[in-house]
Amino acid sequence: MAPVDRKKKTPMPEQEPLVRAHNFKEVPLGYTPEMAQQEAARCLSCKKPQCVTGCPVNVNIPEFIQLITKGEYLASARKIKETNALPAVCGRVCPQESQCESKCVLGKKGEPVAIGRLERFVADFERNSGKIEMPQKAPPNGKKVAVVGSGPSGLTLAGDLVLLGYDVTMFEAFHKPGGVLMYGIPEFRLPKEIVEKEVDYLINLGAKLELNQIIGQTITVDELFQMGYNAIYVGVGAGLPHFMNIPGENLGGIYSANEYLTRSNLMKAYLFPEYDTPVVKGKNVAVIGGGNVAMDSARTALRLGADHVYIVYRRGRDELPARAEEAHHAEQEGVIFKLLNNPLEYIGDERGMVKAMKVQEMELGEPDASGRRKPVPKPGSEYMMDIDLAIIAIGAGANPLLTKNTPGLELNKHGYIIADDCGKTKKEAVWAGGDIVTGMATVIAAMGAGKKSAQAIHEYLSKK
Amino acid sequence: MNKILRKVELVKDIWEMVIESPNVAKKGKAGQFVIVMPEEKGERVPLTIANSDAQKGTVTLIFMVVGTSTRKLAKVKEGTDIYAFIGPLGHASEIKNFGTCVMVAGGVGTAPIYPIAKALKAAGNRVITIQGARTKDLLFWVDMMRSVSDEHIITTDDGTFGRKGLVTEPLKELLEKDTEKKIGNIYGIGPAIMMKFVAKTTKPFGVHTIVSLNSIMVDGTGMCGGCRVAVGGKTMFTCVDGPEFDGHLVDWDLLMARHKIYCTEEKCSLDKYVKECGL
Repeated sequence: MAPVDRKKKTPMPEQEPLVRAHNFKEVPLGYTPEMAQQEAARCLSCKKPQCVTGCPVNVNIPEFIQLITKGEYLASARKIKETNALPAVCGRVCPQESQCESKCVLGKKGEPVAIGRLERFVADFERNSGKIEMPQKAPPNGKKVAVVGSGPSGLTLAGDLVLLGYDVTMFEAFHKPGGVLMYGIPEFRLPKEIVEKEVDYLINLGAKLELNQIIGQTITVDELFQMGYNAIYVGVGAGLPHFMNIPGENLGGIYSANEYLTRSNLMKAYLFPEYDTPVVKGKNVAVIGGGNVAMDSARTALRLGADHVYIVYRRGRDELPARAEEAHHAEQEGVIFKLLNNPLEYIGDERGMVKAMKVQEMELGEPDASGRRKPVPKPGSEYMMDIDLAIIAIGAGANPLLTKNTPGLELNKHGYIIADDCGKTKKEAVWAGGDIVTGMATVIAAMGAGKKSAQAIHEYLSKK
Repeated sequence: MNKILRKVELVKDIWEMVIESPNVAKKGKAGQFVIVMPEEKGERVPLTIANSDAQKGTVTLIFMVVGTSTRKLAKVKEGTDIYAFIGPLGHASEIKNFGTCVMVAGGVGTAPIYPIAKALKAAGNRVITIQGARTKDLLFWVDMMRSVSDEHIITTDDGTFGRKGLVTEPLKELLEKDTEKKIGNIYGIGPAIMMKFVAKTTKPFGVHTIVSLNSIMVDGTGMCGGCRVAVGGKTMFTCVDGPEFDGHLVDWDLLMARHKIYCTEEKCSLDKYVKECGL
């Protein structure tokens, strides 16, 4: 084995950019056992590990890494699963650079330990081994918990409460479980088979799943209590896409990122016509916005055969909300960044499909309420861009479908549920977490919220 | 769950399907819709509830076979479960005593208009129904519509049954005769072009006209915005803000243009289906 390099991470092989830009297979290929060994050897096993403090679900990072150095990969995976039911997902989509890895001591003089890549390695190793061991469960305590939404926070909470002996049922509005992991994040970043396997693990653990149930419509929250549930967790996500309300935005070929990604990921429009749901395939595509969802949309458009894909973002590179790695991947694959540009209007053809976009250049002014420099229009800088597909990825707001039919649940002025640090809402025995409380955030933040609420629900129901 | 209890072709290419779904049957109200998926690879298809029976726990849907998805729906066998059945979605119709209500149903629009007419009649309205079809052989639920109507007018484009012509003609006459302004509400449900002309006909008379829009949807829960329409110059989502809107305020040209976004893909999909499965 190569000598330990404390300065640099062991690189993870990836598909070549110009190859992967035309397929939906996963971009990073994962570590081999040798690579994992080499990377794990970099960990200093700090006495007071800072990395753990950076993890919203408190994974025991030094211990799982030590088990890798001993070649005990299955034990390592089980160590992670003590606190994290979705390691294969987290190893792929967590922003480790701003969480665990940002706290790693090695990061002071070089690159931190590649904790995310190691997590992914052991999770994949366990899954592929077929030797998925079920952890010890507390005996059934006869108490029922309903989880609304089977996205990252609901899955995490369900996993924790099942282990504690609760009878847990997840209610999912879609025909597939997983929430944003299924409809939002593309196959090339998070293969759906992996999400399905992680959900299967929870089902095997004893969690129940009811698909196609819209709580607030099919069954209300109060009716869930009447059905015998003792506590309810609401983790429905944000899910009401924002538009810019500029002229021409309702033309054909203009999507919210939610719709574009849901068609492609959940409905598998990328496999059309094998699957029946279509999606408009553009040759010249503008993605409006600069977050991770914008990057996912842009990279999906490339894979669906676009010649040119532009990220049109009104601020500068330093302000891009996307993870650096996502923006980098997009750029490598050929996505063109039009920074400090903002759409003003869309122009349609005789069929009502978008054919051009009027854009204005921006410059950065004084810092705004977010602390970022506010983009201001550059006078006389308007120009036209020929496009045949536009994807609006400027965020989402609170979907009122559940909240409007749940009396007693207090909302803030934006429609998000008001909850304390543990997710407790103003309504008796109802907790909430994830995007429906915080607004659009990350998978791991939602998982952290699910974890806290699981503990709080456990404390509450233990006293009953 | 979601078992198809009965499936019958009422008239050529128009199917009635009765589905066992106690929760939706209990909750679903006139004007609301459900989303169905014929199979895992299928589309999510929105269909307005045509009838429901809370006691039996059943929901009735009516659909016309047009493309791949509706062909697949028509093929799902009686006694089996439909892959996905989600609802009720959208707002229910406002039901109260408006005085006289005119229900204008075009083609397959008879199905969603029936429960609204039934509820309005039960609320004490005088219900006048104008039921239109291209030809006599495509008329369905005539007796059911009659049973909830005080007056029942049938039109066919070719004159093979009832009055020859379009639904808008008797509608205009009713409005002209209504000198005492007894008509409180008009409902138009059917193809977009028919609803557009119903709204155009009633506009000069200033009578509130409600239409139920059939936008293309994915989730049906407000999550994607694919069903957006312009109503009174504002963008609305058919799924969560509708499906009923003021017909005088709807941007019909936009609705119809958005119906055609996928015409190429729909043809491609149908060609593949026909090649593999026959017509």
